[in-house]
Amino acid sequence: MIREIKAEKIKDTVKRLLLQANYEIGTDVLRELGLSLKREESATGKSVLQQIIDNHRIARQDRIAMCQDTGMVVLFVSLGQEAIITGGDFTEAVNQGVKEAYTEGYLRKSVVEDPLFGRKNTGDNTPAVIHLELVPGDRIKIQVMAKGFGSENMSRGKMLLPSAGVQGVTDFVIETVQKAGPNPCPPLVIGVGIGGTLDMAARLAKISLLREIGCPNGDIHYAALEKELKERVNELGIGPAGLGGRITALAVNVEYYPTHIAGLPVVVNINCHAARHAAAEI
Amino acid sequence: MDKTKRIQTPLTVQQAVGLKVGDNVLISGVIYTARDAAHRRLAELLKEGKPLPIELEDQVLYYVGPAPAPPGHACGAAGPTTSTRMDIYTPPLIEKGLRGMIGKGLRSQAVIEAMKKHGAVYFAATGGAAALISKSIKKVEVVAYEDLGTEAIHRMYVEDFPCIVVIDSYGNNLYESGPQRYRTCKTL
Ligand code: SF4
Repeated sequence: MIREIKAEKIKDTVKRLLLQANYEIGTDVLRELGLSLKREESATGKSVLQQIIDNHRIARQDRIAMCQDTGMVVLFVSLGQEAIITGGDFTEAVNQGVKEAYTEGYLRKSVVEDPLFGRKNTGDNTPAVIHLELVPGDRIKIQVMAKGFGSENMSRGKMLLPSAGVQGVTDFVIETVQKAGPNPCPPLVIGVGIGGTLDMAARLAKISLLREIGCPNGDIHYAALEKELKERVNELGIGPAGLGGRITALAVNVEYYPTHIAGLPVVVNINCHAARHAAAEI
Repeated sequence: MDKTKRIQTPLTVQQAVGLKVGDNVLISGVIYTARDAAHRRLAELLKEGKPLPIELEDQVLYYVGPAPAPPGHACGAAGPTTSTRMDIYTPPLIEKGLRGMIGKGLRSQAVIEAMKKHGAVYFAATGGAAALISKSIKKVEVVAYEDLGTEAIHRMYVEDFPCIVVIDSYGNNLYESGPQRYRTCKTL
């Protein structure tokens, strides 16, 4: 049986999710910020964490953006292979949803139409970056993310040699966070993609940022790696806002995929405490 | 916690040299906004020896591109952007009398040297605390480069704008000393 999904409905969903993501921080982030406030030893670090918690509360109450960099929109769409989209073009519907959210929701427009020549602002924060995946079923799952560039700019990838192993991956993650210092607005959510190809590792790193904080990877080896990486990152002492302290990472999430016998791709995608994402199924 | 210092702009050299790294500061008065594009234009004017659209003497620049103001708000979300991108344009501005900068993130050695030489201060506002910060901004008006939209130079009237002295006029840097105090692993 084929199920019909109207393009209009997709547009409305994207718009609603983006407003929600920009105004309301996830309860998982808030919970982790609260725990961090208890654990932080630095007085400056504590006051920064308190400001962040207050900030997210104000944004939710007043329905204003929690951060002025309302990001570039990234979508992960899982389309059921028994669903059919009618009444319009899918990509246009998504971008119309972005446009309406950013213009009607008083969100900043931060996208330029050409990365190299002219860099003219598109004026409505379109286009979104869309990742589409076909899955069984007749529904469509849409996950949106508003990705700020203070943290995106501090992200890095590397094609390691297979012999580099766990040590190589760990060193690369630590080095990336150390280099980033205060720039990506710590405390951070750190996404790590390992395996696949260059592009797949980057995609996995981004997907891992959508995972609920406090939920480890389902595989025990990767769950242990996540724990180890979080401890190591917090030993750097960068602290809230980079001013020194115990809490640099709220979470380190790792995702992996099979890879080639000759390779070990790894990408570290950094997200700030304004870790904005939301999801819905139609 | 250190006690909070209240300061009023314009920021004189005497006030600036009295501020120490780690001080919590609440700023009131007029500050100006400028990001990458505005800095590029200011730098070009200076190079050509032309007058600037704002007087920099004893002023404070805030590196920000605010979100649009919703009805009933003086300003939309307005947290700091990464200062590093402004570094190449900054030393000549400090020479022209720029006294304070508000942003987030590291500064180049050239900027720090200029700050030491001329007595300027670098404040950090909490990155991503944009909704909270916007509450301390009471009025905003465009003063130059309206065509740049959010990147235009705005005059902001602020009351008790919260920030921390991260690099003082002596070159003491909390981005170095803070993390050092809490680092428990050896550096890479
Ligand atoms: S890194 Fe995140 S919190 Fe910081 S300014 Fe950018 S979007 Fe906002």
